[in-house]
Amino acid sequence: MIEIAGMALLAIGAACSLIGSIGLLRFPDVYTRLHANTVIVVGGAITSIIGTSVLGGLGSFTLKALLIALFMFITAPVTSHAIARAAHRSGVRLWEKSVVDKLKEAEG
Amino acid sequence: MMEIVVLGAMLLAGAMCAARAVIGPTAPDRVVAIDALVAISISAMVFLGFYYNAQIYLDVALVYAMLSFIGSIAVAKYLEREDVGA
Repeated sequence: MIEIAGMALLAIGAACSLIGSIGLLRFPDVYTRLHANTVIVVGGAITSIIGTSVLGGLGSFTLKALLIALFMFITAPVTSHAIARAAHRSGVRLWEKSVVDKLKEAEG
Repeated sequence: MMEIVVLGAMLLAGAMCAARAVIGPTAPDRVVAIDALVAISISAMVFLGFYYNAQIYLDVALVYAMLSFIGSIAVAKYLEREDVGA
């Protein structure tokens, strides 16, 4: 039973990695590609690490794997925020069909 | 069988991320693509550590995650102010 759960989580993670990579290739600008990056990190990597640790059973392997997952869960939003802010500050253009730019409105 | 499917999917996803890192028109595009590539390779490392029953893969993965975080933050800071220090 628990092996089926672990394999299901691994399959979901691998599928999310594939879907996010297709998005990373197909999306039009940096800000939309960050969305695909989040799908890869949270949906793909963290889910498959949790699936692997479910397969591994209780022990030091599972503890270390969950520590890696927790670290990625904490640092992924920080990285995305920093990159988006740096891209906007350094003058990377939005896609021409984007409808709203709140940061530009706020900075005037 | 399952190992081949999972690792093959991760390899294909990593290849697409690498393609975006090569063709990405601006520097933030490349940073985003390499960040995703590192995340995929960390999950592959953890799975390989489970498959070969070797915990050394997990230590490498943890250090790789930390270095990737610091590298992304440093590049973002450089792009913002053209200056890494301060």
